[in-house]
Amino acid sequence: MKINYACGSADHGIARRHFLGSMAATGAGIMAGGLGVFSNPAIAAQLRSDQKRIVVFNMHGGLSQLESWDPKPGTDTGGPFLAIPTSVPGIHVSELLPQTAQQMHHLCLVRGVNTSEDDHGKGAYMMLTGRRQTPAGNFPQLGAVAAKALTPVASALPGHILITPGGSGGRGNDSAYLGPKYSSVQLGNGNPPQNTIRPENMAETSDTARQDFRRKVNDRFLNRRRTAVTEAFAYSYEQAEQLMRQRDVFDVTKEPATDLERYGTHDFGRHCLLARRLLEQGITCVQLSHSNYDTHNENFNFHIEQMGEFDRSFSCFVADLAARGMLETTLLVVLSEFGRTPNINQYYGRDHWSKAWSVCLAGCRIPRGSVYGKTNANGTEVEDGQVDHGALFHTYLQAAGVDSTGSFDIDGRDIPIADPATGAVSQLLT
Amino acid sequence: MAIPAGFDPKLAHVVSQWPHDRPLNACRFDPVGRFVFSGSEDAAVERFNLADGVRSVINGGHQTWVCAIACSLDGVHAISGGCDGKITWWESAAAEPKPLRSIDAHKGWIRSLDVSPDGTLLVSGGNDNVVRLWNINDGSLIREFSGHTRNVYCVIFHPQGQFLLSGDLTGGLKQWEIATGKEVRTFEATPLHSYNGGQQVDFGGIRALAVSPDGKWLVAGGLYKATNPLGAVHEPLVLLFDWETQKLEKQLIAEGITQGVIWRLKWLSDGSIMGLSGGGSGGFLVFWKPETEKDYHRFPLPSLARDMDLHPDGLQVATAHYDRHLRISRLAAKAT
Repeated sequence: MKINYACGSADHGIARRHFLGSMAATGAGIMAGGLGVFSNPAIAAQLRSDQKRIVVFNMHGGLSQLESWDPKPGTDTGGPFLAIPTSVPGIHVSELLPQTAQQMHHLCLVRGVNTSEDDHGKGAYMMLTGRRQTPAGNFPQLGAVAAKALTPVASALPGHILITPGGSGGRGNDSAYLGPKYSSVQLGNGNPPQNTIRPENMAETSDTARQDFRRKVNDRFLNRRRTAVTEAFAYSYEQAEQLMRQRDVFDVTKEPATDLERYGTHDFGRHCLLARRLLEQGITCVQLSHSNYDTHNENFNFHIEQMGEFDRSFSCFVADLAARGMLETTLLVVLSEFGRTPNINQYYGRDHWSKAWSVCLAGCRIPRGSVYGKTNANGTEVEDGQVDHGALFHTYLQAAGVDSTGSFDIDGRDIPIADPATGAVSQLLT
Repeated sequence: MAIPAGFDPKLAHVVSQWPHDRPLNACRFDPVGRFVFSGSEDAAVERFNLADGVRSVINGGHQTWVCAIACSLDGVHAISGGCDGKITWWESAAAEPKPLRSIDAHKGWIRSLDVSPDGTLLVSGGNDNVVRLWNINDGSLIREFSGHTRNVYCVIFHPQGQFLLSGDLTGGLKQWEIATGKEVRTFEATPLHSYNGGQQVDFGGIRALAVSPDGKWLVAGGLYKATNPLGAVHEPLVLLFDWETQKLEKQLIAEGITQGVIWRLKWLSDGSIMGLSGGGSGGFLVFWKPETEKDYHRFPLPSLARDMDLHPDGLQVATAHYDRHLRISRLAAKAT
């Protein structure tokens, strides 16, 4: 995995051919691949204020579209919940989302998603990478792609943060050929990264001395044997040091107590507030999960529980980003691995259903207060505006300013950023 | 209550089954014994004529599913509670019943209704975590009982009429004094609730309550062994409390009913307890004696059932089924 460092830039990851083409096409230098492609700090600084960010809400297990974005009250599949009006006349959502309904003018509902994959793992992979899993290779997740394409070179913080519902944290394995540098830093249950406090028995001067020594030895080694692996190895140390210096970035308790109360004192409320904090601190991509929506049993009871949490926290998050002007530069994606069956089973449950379900988007180039796509009367099929995981992946990236038709330069090979067999949904881009 | 002639749960059998258009959620006998009323996965109330099974679909009272049914003791009125938070009164025997009165009773679903032993009061419980007491004759609110922190799943009157009992999602089981609205006692029914950390869900709750006619026992039904709440892996459980001491005397189980949950409990004339359980292989009427933990009999129903009621004759049992049928079973030998 030898790297060709002909340009001397450690982060020249966007394919050179594509980069030059984009620069020529855009004239004024509006980047296709993100700040990471600029070596001139002045340009990067100028554009940093416009740095695009992405936040992904992964509704783990498969959120029911019928109990959220695409209600069908009064039909044989509609379930017991009513639909309520939103802040956009003519658009209705489930009554389980009363506060989110008031933010509808910021949102876009994509109601014609058909991914034809009812397996949890495969569905999640498709929605997060934009491609089907194949034995031949692995693809990076949206967060890793965003981290590589959008994170400024000089950023002292990781570009890809995953807030997990539990666990102790660590690093994800989600960047595939982009390399470990772009894999997620996981914040277990929203806690700061592990091992980011200097041991009490080590003086600061001692720590500095040993880090200097490490760098010296490292540089000597890298001068002769520089590979992607050694690069990532060295980077992980530098990043760890930065994380230790900036540990407060990840400390949600630094946020006002009134905000925590507003978002909800449950874990998801705290995680949403942390996501806001991370985006404000310049993190490129934050992904958080809300669990669990795999409701084969008592779907309606569990959606009362889960949507109640989600509605409060998510609506605060949207309202705050809008009020701070961050929706101009931040893409919001609410996705699952699939939706749930229109049919209600004997346990009041809904099973896996990928043929007609919904995704919610907001921010950047996404049209606000809109609905794209339509399902039939009882929600069993897409009638209009059908989209799949591949088209959505292109759309996410293009909404955030990445030319998804371009390629990454990986070991001298151009690898398409997104599935070249499909493209973005133009109606979802303003 | 005297044991009716021919009563024998071990001889239970289905005598009638009547179809509907949607899966059924709830059912109650008219106390006079002419009808069975049901609620289903639509906005209508169904009335089945007990004599011949003729069905009347009664519209206009709700916007969405009907989850709870009660009847006035004189049989004049049927009362329905919906997932729209409304309680609606109907004239039971009218040729084409129209809503007599509809009130916005709760914010969110109404999960349970019951009528007081003297027939003058109606109690309701729902997703706004509140229990409300109503004048059954005019629908006026008499009192609210606040204190539950999660959805109220079941409400009943104590047979002596002085108290209400209510149970919620997290196993909160409260005894309220009707006259004052005060919370008198709480029973320790937490075995009926679990929190699954992996799935991050609360599950279970008090799905059924019944006090023995002599006032000696209180039973609370639901589920336990919920190793996979989202996948319906659990078994039915009934808690038997001594009313006076509040001691949990027994945990009544029904081994082997996988995916089972107790939806309703009734005390039978012989002092035994009948529970309705759903389950992976269908529905069951399960019979226990208070002194024995394991069921002494279980009667398999043709399809998973979600509610049950006992006819005033003590022999007929109505069950509301997922397979879009209302069934009448009889706790006695088949007619020859």
